[in-house]
Amino acid sequence: MIVGERKPLEEIKEMLKDYKKVLNVGCGGCTSICLSGGQREVMLLNDDLQNAFQGNPVSIQFDGFTIERQCNADFFSELDEMVKNYDAVLSMACGAGVQFVAERYPDRPVFPALNTIFVGADRDVGWYEENCRTCGDCILGETAGICPVTRCAKSLFNGPCGGTSKDGKCEVSKETPCAWYEIYDRLKKQGRLSNIMKVRPAREWHNQTRRVLIHEAYKQRYAK
Amino acid sequence: MKSGSNLEKILEAGHFAFTGELGPPQGANVEAVRKKAGYLKGIVDAVNITDNQTAVVRMSSWAAGLIAIQEGLEPNFQMVCRDRNRIAMQSDILGAYAHGIRNMLCLSGDHQQFGNHPLTKGVFDIDSIQLISMVKQMRDEKKFLNGDEIDGPPQIFIGAAENPFAEPLEWRVHRLAKKVSAGADFIQTQCIYDMKIFREWMKQANDMGLTEKVHILAGITPLKSGGMARYMAKNVSGIIIPDEIIDRVVKAKKPAEEGIKICVEQIEELKEMKGVHGVHLMAIEWEHRVPEIAERAKMLPRPKV
Repeated sequence: MIVGERKPLEEIKEMLKDYKKVLNVGCGGCTSICLSGGQREVMLLNDDLQNAFQGNPVSIQFDGFTIERQCNADFFSELDEMVKNYDAVLSMACGAGVQFVAERYPDRPVFPALNTIFVGADRDVGWYEENCRTCGDCILGETAGICPVTRCAKSLFNGPCGGTSKDGKCEVSKETPCAWYEIYDRLKKQGRLSNIMKVRPAREWHNQTRRVLIHEAYKQRYAK
Repeated sequence: MKSGSNLEKILEAGHFAFTGELGPPQGANVEAVRKKAGYLKGIVDAVNITDNQTAVVRMSSWAAGLIAIQEGLEPNFQMVCRDRNRIAMQSDILGAYAHGIRNMLCLSGDHQQFGNHPLTKGVFDIDSIQLISMVKQMRDEKKFLNGDEIDGPPQIFIGAAENPFAEPLEWRVHRLAKKVSAGADFIQTQCIYDMKIFREWMKQANDMGLTEKVHILAGITPLKSGGMARYMAKNVSGIIIPDEIIDRVVKAKKPAEEGIKICVEQIEELKEMKGVHGVHLMAIEWEHRVPEIAERAKMLPRPKV
């Protein structure tokens, strides 16, 4: 899941202060699941904005509408007509959704209500942890299902570094487990320590330019 | 000879090496470097020039290393993976070598969060072990990391750090083995206070035959005060200071004197330890006390090779 977090109200307020009618668009996908950009959060944010702008010389109208997902054009049809009645759009999706909305309505200013934080999982209700940096070259099979790129503060491929504490925590924080301590521990229990005995060579980073993926089965359809 | 550096010659001749450390200033204060270098000249075989240690911006390590050369010292150029990608690293290695730098220490680097620009973007394009392999490839295969030929390869004596005191303890000798197989010629360890753990690690290194392939220099840092001992024991990850060492410094009438005494005793003990080929003295902001420590530990005069 993509995890997002609402921006500070002041920052959102500053983006919207020059508009009269704003449509706040929620997303029923990831940001709804992580309680930051679904139907309920659209209502809460609109309430906060109404309050924040109270006493403003010119009143601003905030309405809300939530679509199933903002990262797929199939879900936009209802929105198309609505957007015409607004002079700005606020999106509560992740960065991918915000960009899709902006692309769909190029004559309307579109603003992000969230900061997109990471790809992660729920540790518990309302508790999310980053697990993947989408590097594009997964080595989890060799590191006991623990990602060193994401979970080691130095993204080491031949860890652990010399900063692991007595109780197996990372030097950057007493709360953060050392990824390599955990990798070592799990591989040892599985009898697979040989995985990390050899030097892992420098990696080639495939995530340094924008990636586009066309599924094998659709290659012909999109062939130019 | 791989590099012909003084440090390499000392070690290859079988002498017990003695290296020091010089932290560059937070500015372009050349005199500060010269002053620190002055205390170490003729006292150490090579001096580590730290690379923005604790992630605080300082004069670059290769540049301070050149000043050290002018002052008659041989630098050991420290390079961390935190601040440079592979392009900048290889470029700086060539530049440093071109100006006479012959030793390098390959490190991951303290995380930027500890420093004075805590929210900078950490690079970590490659890690310290990959850096060791890269320098070795540049030297021995005369090739850049991408396989392109180097016009004038750098003949560098390759160093790495190792910490026998960080968890998982039983993994540490294997990490040493990885650094040796990547191409480390010498190792400087994290500062040692717990001799029991260090002895055990050295025994493992000897048993695995690693000490025949790499020169291990034992890291020593004199404790300047009881406060420093307590602080390091409590706050610095990967450092173990036994209570009896802390007690000795805390209870001493002259804590700094006691710290130096402990340090001299440690050096004497390390000289006798199988597989230990030298001592790396990290006297943090205490360069002026190094001559006295060297004298009392009978490390002087340094052999000419």
